[in-house]
Amino acid sequence: MPERHTVSRRQFLKLSALAAGAAALGRGVLSRFAQTMEGTASQVRALLPAFVADAKTLGRLIGQDGRELQPVPPSPRSAPQRRKWVMVIDLARCDGCGRCTEACTAMHMVPFGQEWIKVYRMKDNAAAGAYWFPRPCMQCDNPPCVAVCPVDATFKREDGIVLIDQDRCIGCRYCMAACPYSARSFNWAEPPHSLAELARSYSMELNIPHRKGVVEKCIFCPGLVREGQLPACAAGCPMGAIYVGDELEDTVTNSWGETTRFSELVHQGGGYRYLEELGTEPRVYYLPHRDHQYPMPETAGQIEQQRG
Amino acid sequence: METPSRFQPQERTILRSLLHSGLPFYLWVAGLGGLFLWGIRAYTVQLQEGLAATGMRDYVSWGLYITNFVFFIGISHVGALMSAILRISGAAWRKPVTRMAEAITFSSLFFGALMPIVDLGRPDRIWHLLVYPRIQSPIVWDFVCIFTYLIGSTIFLYLPMIPDVALLRDDLSQAKGWRYRLYSILALGWRGMPDQHRSLERAMSVMAVLIIPIAVSVHTVVSWIFGMTLRPGWNSTIFGPYFVMGALVSGAASVVVAMAAFRRFYHLEEYITLKHFRNMALLVLALDLIYIYFNIAEYLTVGYKMEEAERGLLYTLLGGEYALAFWLVQIGGLLLPALLFILPEVGAVERIRRVPLLRPWPLAAAASISLAAMVLLVTQGPTQTGVDFGSLGSSLSWAVALLLALLVISTLPALRAHRILAYVLGAGLIVIQAWLKRYLIIVPTLLSPYLPIQDPRIEWTTYIPTWVEWSITLGAMAGFVLLYTLFSKLFPIVSIWETREEEPRPAVTHYSREREAEA
Repeated sequence: MPERHTVSRRQFLKLSALAAGAAALGRGVLSRFAQTMEGTASQVRALLPAFVADAKTLGRLIGQDGRELQPVPPSPRSAPQRRKWVMVIDLARCDGCGRCTEACTAMHMVPFGQEWIKVYRMKDNAAAGAYWFPRPCMQCDNPPCVAVCPVDATFKREDGIVLIDQDRCIGCRYCMAACPYSARSFNWAEPPHSLAELARSYSMELNIPHRKGVVEKCIFCPGLVREGQLPACAAGCPMGAIYVGDELEDTVTNSWGETTRFSELVHQGGGYRYLEELGTEPRVYYLPHRDHQYPMPETAGQIEQQRG
Repeated sequence: METPSRFQPQERTILRSLLHSGLPFYLWVAGLGGLFLWGIRAYTVQLQEGLAATGMRDYVSWGLYITNFVFFIGISHVGALMSAILRISGAAWRKPVTRMAEAITFSSLFFGALMPIVDLGRPDRIWHLLVYPRIQSPIVWDFVCIFTYLIGSTIFLYLPMIPDVALLRDDLSQAKGWRYRLYSILALGWRGMPDQHRSLERAMSVMAVLIIPIAVSVHTVVSWIFGMTLRPGWNSTIFGPYFVMGALVSGAASVVVAMAAFRRFYHLEEYITLKHFRNMALLVLALDLIYIYFNIAEYLTVGYKMEEAERGLLYTLLGGEYALAFWLVQIGGLLLPALLFILPEVGAVERIRRVPLLRPWPLAAAASISLAAMVLLVTQGPTQTGVDFGSLGSSLSWAVALLLALLVISTLPALRAHRILAYVLGAGLIVIQAWLKRYLIIVPTLLSPYLPIQDPRIEWTTYIPTWVEWSITLGAMAGFVLLYTLFSKLFPIVSIWETREEEPRPAVTHYSREREAEA
């Protein structure tokens, strides 16, 4: 009998603890719901007076207290809607001059030693000729770097760009190990800064100012493409080898001002994506170096010459 | 079962090792403490200069720290092996060595978990892992699994310690020092009552079953940090079991080394006998053979096909820059220990003594001279990606291999006379192999990306660890041994009450079954 008594008391205690927990949880949910309702109501009230416009407030949003309402700044992680940036690199036009790297470095104030777009000297087999191969970040649609990031510091935007939140990155460098294109760099020490760089407030779309202990890479110049301009590398290419555009618009443009249909260019030019077999779905397409009109690398010594 | 307040004579030796420490002990602790502090000093340098203080750069972006991480986590698996797997399979001989194994688990997990933090570029943001975790990332899996295992194995270390702590508390009740207070708290009011024993047994059985899947998950997800990437050399389906087996063999081998050290320095000859060494050696041998099998499976399936992306890496390992380390691991760290465990058992080795050609000393001299010549040749020779199998297969290297083999054979009669020495030698080689093997899994792979490395800066295209990295590595190793040593001074390193149960007593079905298994 006494044992039975203790069991029922334990059960009672368990039940009351459960009840208390459920009550606390329910209250939390309810209060949150109430807050949402309140928020919606005040927004509605705030929006109404804007329609009663006089000359001073025309076209502006004025709150109930008479102050102008500022548009909510877009989240740094949000992207322009209905855009899918895409890049096409015509290897037959690339002469390995490295201007793309220079333009990129100047534009992003890339720390010394890093090349966000790097020009490789490639040779697929003994019989085939060598060629130049500019490698930006491929902005993969199935990005291995984003998959492995433990803190959501590197992420994929709706417009196709893979960005890095330098406020979030913990510097584990897993993304560098995961990237098959070796497209990522790390700030091993405090990068040297210019005054112009330090004057800017941090922006994820520029990656400026650079910081110690975080990962960096090519980001497709999101600020420029948002304004309808070419990224620095494409604009800086004297050969017009780099086309950038919107896949949804089906248009790409290069620095010569040539604007073509993206689908036609890739379809007829025999376009391919680097390491397609890995399934990373890169957003950078290459046109093979067939019938090239510019000097191709022939000897190892030539790279040293070209790079100075 | 009543708790006797007085200890049996052989238990006094354990107690003496707890309470009395000679000068050598203090020197040992001071040395380890010094190394550990030096490691911390090196870390402060790294905090100031950033990871630029290390030899890592954009290509080899993981180095010694991640090597140490995988090594420590690997060693830690022995706790689950010894106390859970052997417990469930009813191997009673394990009892004097389980606590040694569990303490290794605790100590190595602690330092293993520290290593990725040392490796972070922004250790000040480590809390981001708690606030913004992405469950898709293997690092988060690791974080979860390692902390679960750390907590689980600490409980599993603590549970069987309660009766011993109570024994110590009762023995020290006259002294009333800080030790008495510590043991009083940790004993949780243990009086050795039958229902207390029943609860403890039940708790230990539950933990034994729980800890095995946790331990397997830990090293599986450690391997998946590598296995989930597309890199040649890491992009492999067998990485999970391959790493778990490597972890078990290195952990079991480390217990053999610890057994020998405690037996020697704490005078535990009565507890740890040749029988324990033999059983452990058999266990290590079995695990070692399975691990050799995994190695063959891993490299042969890749090497047979010679896929373009994997080829460069395989050449570096088998005949290139890392060939020496690779073959040292495979032959010196896996094959040789297996021979050291098996061959001394063969009765025929006595006859080797009678062959005059096999005198150890001249052979050792010849072997070391030709080995030195070989190392010189390998390091001077061309180290391009293309491998020169001609030089590897040259008569010199075969001569060296033959000399080394003769050398091993010549020492066999001596090792037969000193079996424990043979076991400890083999186990020590396996532990060294374990570290080197992890280095070989990480660094050469990072040097073989899909896109060829085209960088004029030589320090970016090779990996030479700096003094900061070596100091932190040494400091972590010293800290691991120090924590282990201090543990053995606070708590009996051999479970007193569990070994006492082995004393002859009226037959109880449960225990008689265990004795059968032992016999």
